Amino acid sequence: MHDLIESVFIKHFSNNILDNQNDAAIIPSASADIAFTTDSFVIDPLFFPGGNIGKLAVCGTVNDLAVSGAEPLYLSVSFIIEEGFRIDELEKIAESIASEAQKAGVSIVTGDTKVVNRGKCDKLFINTSGIGSIRKENLHISKAINIIPGDIIIINGMIGDHGMAVMNARESFNFNMPLESDCTSLNHLISAILNRSPVKFMRDPTRGGVAAVLNELSGKTGIGIEIDEPALPVSKSVKAICEILGLDPLHVANEGKVLIVASEDCAKDILEVMKNYEYGKDCAIIGRVVSDHPGRVVLRNNTGGGRILDTLSGDQLPRIC
Amino acid sequence: MKYVDEYRKRDLILSIAEKLKTISKKEIVLMEVCGGHTMAIHRFGLNSLLPENIHLISGPGCPVCVSSQHFIDLALAFSRIPGVIITTYGDLIRVPGSSTSLEKERAAGSDIRIIYSVLEAVEIARQNPGKKIIFPGIGFETTAPATGAAIIKARLENVSNFFVLSAHKVMPPVMKALVEDGVKINGFIAPGHVTAITGISAYNDLASLYSLGVVATGFEPVDIMQAVLMLVSQIESGTPKVEVQYRRVINNDGNRIAQKILREVFDYRDDLWRGLGMIPGSGLRITDEFSSFDAEKQFSIEVPRSTEPKGCICGEILRGLKTPVECSLFANKCIPSDPVGACMVSGEGTCATYYKYRS
Repeated sequence: MHDLIESVFIKHFSNNILDNQNDAAIIPSASADIAFTTDSFVIDPLFFPGGNIGKLAVCGTVNDLAVSGAEPLYLSVSFIIEEGFRIDELEKIAESIASEAQKAGVSIVTGDTKVVNRGKCDKLFINTSGIGSIRKENLHISKAINIIPGDIIIINGMIGDHGMAVMNARESFNFNMPLESDCTSLNHLISAILNRSPVKFMRDPTRGGVAAVLNELSGKTGIGIEIDEPALPVSKSVKAICEILGLDPLHVANEGKVLIVASEDCAKDILEVMKNYEYGKDCAIIGRVVSDHPGRVVLRNNTGGGRILDTLSGDQLPRIC
Repeated sequence: MKYVDEYRKRDLILSIAEKLKTISKKEIVLMEVCGGHTMAIHRFGLNSLLPENIHLISGPGCPVCVSSQHFIDLALAFSRIPGVIITTYGDLIRVPGSSTSLEKERAAGSDIRIIYSVLEAVEIARQNPGKKIIFPGIGFETTAPATGAAIIKARLENVSNFFVLSAHKVMPPVMKALVEDGVKINGFIAPGHVTAITGISAYNDLASLYSLGVVATGFEPVDIMQAVLMLVSQIESGTPKVEVQYRRVINNDGNRIAQKILREVFDYRDDLWRGLGMIPGSGLRITDEFSSFDAEKQFSIEVPRSTEPKGCICGEILRGLKTPVECSLFANKCIPSDPVGACMVSGEGTCATYYKYRS
């Protein structure tokens, strides 16, 4: 075990806090409030176009901090490894974790490793917990307060990429089209936005997709939300595969997207900042807060008709015929 | 996206709606018998674009919804046999049987796997020679040929541990049965993909014996609006006939290869449709030649005949006599996360569609 930790994890994650290999990481105190989050990653397959479980484990936790308005600083990483898991694959995953952490500007300061008997876990599970500091002026962002009719809803790019890329890889559909996860750390983009413009609410639409986040928001606050179906940015590949399978991109997971609610006069600045980033170039205003249908999300199609957009119970099921 | 975007063009949809307002005078009821059509009509809000004298009603077009509770209970009984792997399309997993569902049995430890193609089931059988793989086959003429092809492939490749529990059904007999049962309609919007397999001769009786127009239709909003226009033109001129709207997919003779597979692997039988009862010649059973792949023949399991859940009016909904909003359970005791009847489970079920697309 010691060899595994030294030769794989310390090798890739080394920094002056982690290298002490104490039972607890001692972190210099921040004068701001602390944001703290945790997430576990059990994705199958472990490797998919656009990333792997390691990259995902960093992005997922970094993004949870960033969309709460915090600056991500430190991560813990814990591994539960099935006996017999290949070291070369573990090495690749560790490299991805290190690379993504460096890109995001976070340090991995503590961790844990367990190896379990064959059959007791599905190849590899990872948990990451993260700490960030959050300035007082950003404390409102995760609370969804002061949202009023007329506020607009922006997303930084195409929806459904991650979920469909993973499904295509897992089910071996072999659809011959570019499908890649959008998995990426969003903290630099979000930091740039917050430096430029006030924002009323942010969340990353992961499992359950955009529909889940919008419903959480309208359910929590009682506001009505209207989404323009033609305005939703969806790649040709995701559109095509969803059409064939009878799936709706609004319910598909994303790992590099942030939904932002802001007042209408801030839209121009936010979009301008987003367009400076590779993962913001397809940004769009997708809807608005309305005084109609309080507590409900309505999707308007191109003929002007509307339908209620619910969260799904359970996974989407593909069409049979 | 080719074949999609052109058929969703707003101007085109609205111009057909305008034309309908001009030419349509009579009170008309048109029935669609395909869950895909039910969904498309509601998803694109087409009902609200039609003039008030044209009414669209849904028939028994969802293969999950019309599968009898007995069939689900059989599949559940098979799932509890040690050494059995149930491989199923996703929709079936949440359909409630008399007391449980495949999803609940999976959580309790049965080996039940969701697959996207029936050929995956043959592959799972090949990879697990010590197990018995059972595929509950549902769907109409669109999906039955794939099941037939899987059986043929299994025989060719000596995969002897693959079995099918067939609940496949065919459309024309039930369309006739509905008319003879007294459902008051003026024409059928016929299922586009079923017709792509069968060809249009399957509907000749409906036009000639019952003077009902039949238009085989695609699944985009322009397709459906155009089909309504074609049927309205027939009705206003008193010339009911069988026509094809979905020209980019359907040829009049249908898919000969698929038809050959159906003839080779399946026989017709009288079959139980949930809510409709026994419809003569409407089901597909596996022929004696392929009986080694027939789960009903190879496993002796008895399940008691079950009753429909109290208050559930799926039967009347499937016959187009009532709509989901007239069901006392709809959207309160019967919801997608906790369905009572099959019409709420499948994404193409009438009740699930009404619930999802409620405005």
